[in-house]
Amino acid sequence: MEKKRRDFLLKSAQGAALAACGGLIWTHLLRQEASAAALALRPPGALPENDFAAQCIKCGQCANACPYDTLKMATAGSSMPVGTPYFEPRKVPCYMCPDIPCVPPCPTGALTKSLKDINKARMGLAVIDEENCLSWLGLRCEVCYRVCPVKGKAITVENHPRKISKHAMFVPLVHAEHCTGCGLCEQACPTQEAAIRIINPKLVQGKIGDHYRLGWKREDPITQDFAATPPPAQSDSQKSAPKTAPGMDVLNQGVDY
Amino acid sequence: MHAQVQPFDEIKPGRVVRLYTPPATISGKLWNWRYLILRRVTQLGILAMFFGTARYGWEVAGRPLLSGNLSASEFLGIIPMADPFAVLQQLLTLHVLDKEVLIGAAIVLGFYALIAGRTFCAWVCPVNLVTDAAGWLSAKLRVPDFCSLSRNVRYWFLALALLLSALTGIAAFEWVSPISMLHREIVFGIGLGLTAIAGIFLLDLLVVKHGWCGHLCPLGAFYSLVGRIAQLRVRFDDNSCTRCAECVRVCPEPKVLDFKLAAENGLVVSGECTNCARCIPICPENSLSFDFRPLIKQHNLNALQQARRPA
Repeated sequence: MEKKRRDFLLKSAQGAALAACGGLIWTHLLRQEASAAALALRPPGALPENDFAAQCIKCGQCANACPYDTLKMATAGSSMPVGTPYFEPRKVPCYMCPDIPCVPPCPTGALTKSLKDINKARMGLAVIDEENCLSWLGLRCEVCYRVCPVKGKAITVENHPRKISKHAMFVPLVHAEHCTGCGLCEQACPTQEAAIRIINPKLVQGKIGDHYRLGWKREDPITQDFAATPPPAQSDSQKSAPKTAPGMDVLNQGVDY
Repeated sequence: MHAQVQPFDEIKPGRVVRLYTPPATISGKLWNWRYLILRRVTQLGILAMFFGTARYGWEVAGRPLLSGNLSASEFLGIIPMADPFAVLQQLLTLHVLDKEVLIGAAIVLGFYALIAGRTFCAWVCPVNLVTDAAGWLSAKLRVPDFCSLSRNVRYWFLALALLLSALTGIAAFEWVSPISMLHREIVFGIGLGLTAIAGIFLLDLLVVKHGWCGHLCPLGAFYSLVGRIAQLRVRFDDNSCTRCAECVRVCPEPKVLDFKLAAENGLVVSGECTNCARCIPICPENSLSFDFRPLIKQHNLNALQQARRPA
C-alpha cells in the first residue's frame, strides 16, 4: 500500500514536472511569436494589438474579401505573428475602399464593425526619413502628398525657407491626426528604399503629457490654474497643492529642503 | 449473449477463423477501398473549396463558396463555421467574441458531438493525409517504434493548451498548431509551416507510429472527448466475429477495438474512434459497419432474439 502510494505520488510529480517544462517552452514560443506583432500592419478597424492577437482566429476571411489582395496571412517562420493578417504597403497598400469590405467578414470582432468611415481607420502612421526624402533634400518631389487619399490633411507640403541664395524647399509633413496608415505614400515614394514608411505609431509617436501647456494655443489664460489659493497648512500640503495644476510636482511645490 | 464473450486472444469454439484476403478483381479492390476513397475525396474536396474561394474567388449564385479556413469560415456567405477548440481557447483569454464565431463554433461542435463523433480527424483534417502516408510507409518498411508514448499525452496537451490560453492571453494551441499552419499555407500561401508538417511525418514514420494523431494532438483529444455520445458509430456484430483481429491490425487507435466492450454494447464505444472505417472492409466476416445508435440498438435486440430462438 505504502509503495503504491509512493508510486502514485512519484508518477504525478513526474507528470507535473513534464507538463511544467512543456508549458514553459510553449509559453516562450507564444511570447516570441506575439512580440513580432510590433512590425505588423493590421487591416482597418483592428483592435489594439493585444486584443487583436487574442481575438483574431486566423481564418483569412478579411484577406479573401480584400479586392486588391492587400491583406496577406503571415506564414510560419515569417517576421509576423503566425497566421494573422497584415499588409506590406511598399508592395500593395490599402486602397481605402469606402465600403471597407474586409471588416464585415471578420467572425470574431478582431476587426471592429463600428468602423464605418475608412478615413477613421488607423492602420499605422506615415513617417518620413528626412535625410533621404527627395523633397527634404531640396528636389521637387511631393509624390507622397499627391497620392495621399487624405490629401491636404494627412500630408501637407510646407514651404521651408533656407538661407539667402539657396532656393526654398517644399517639404512634406505628416499629420498623425489624419493619417490612416494606408501606405499609398510608401508605395509611391520614388527613392530606392521608401523614404516615407508606415510604422506602428507606438514605435515612433511620443506624447507630451498633461503637464505641458502650449499657452499660445489656449484661449483661456494659462494663469487661471494658478489663481491665489490660501497657502496650505503644513500638515496637508501634499494633499492640496498639486490638484489644480497638472504638472505641479515635487519640484515646484515650494517645499523646503 | 454476454456470457459468451470471449477474451481477445481466444478463438470462439466451433468457428473457423478466416483472415483477410485482398480481393483479386479491380472492382473488388475499389469496393474495399470505398471508405478510403471517400475520405480522400472529402479531405481534398474541402481543401479545394477553401483554396478555390481564396485564390480564384469561386462563387455559387454570387456568394463565395467557402471562405476562410478550418479555424473559421463561412459557407455560401450564410452559414458560419468555426473550430470549437480554437474558440474555447479564445474565450479563456477572457475576450468577448462576436456572435458569428460563437454560432459557427456551436454548429461545428453540435455536428461532431451529436452526429459524427471524432470524424474530423479522419475525414477533414489535412494532417491526416500526411500521417496516413507516414503510417502506410512505416508499415511497408516495418519500422519499429523508437520509443513508447502514452496515448493520454494528448489530454495533457489539451489541458495545457487551455491553461496557457488563460495565462498568456492568446489562444495557445492556435499560435503553434501545425494543423492550422498546414491548412492556412495550402489555402493562403506556402511558408515554413510545412517544416512542422515534415516533422510530424518523420515522427510518425520513424519515432512512434501514429505519433501525432494518436498520441499528441490536442485537437484530436478535444474531439475524442466531444464525440463520446455521437450517433454515428461503428456497429459490432458479436455473433459473426471470430476475433481474428484483422481490424485491430489496421486501426490507428487500436484501443478502441476492445472486443469485450464492443460485444457488450454492439458498437465501438470509445470517443477516440475516428470513424476512419479502415476496419469495416477488412473484416472477413462483415462484423463491422457504420450505423446510428438507435438502429444499432434495434439490430442488437434482433440479434439477441435470434440467438434465443431454439434452433
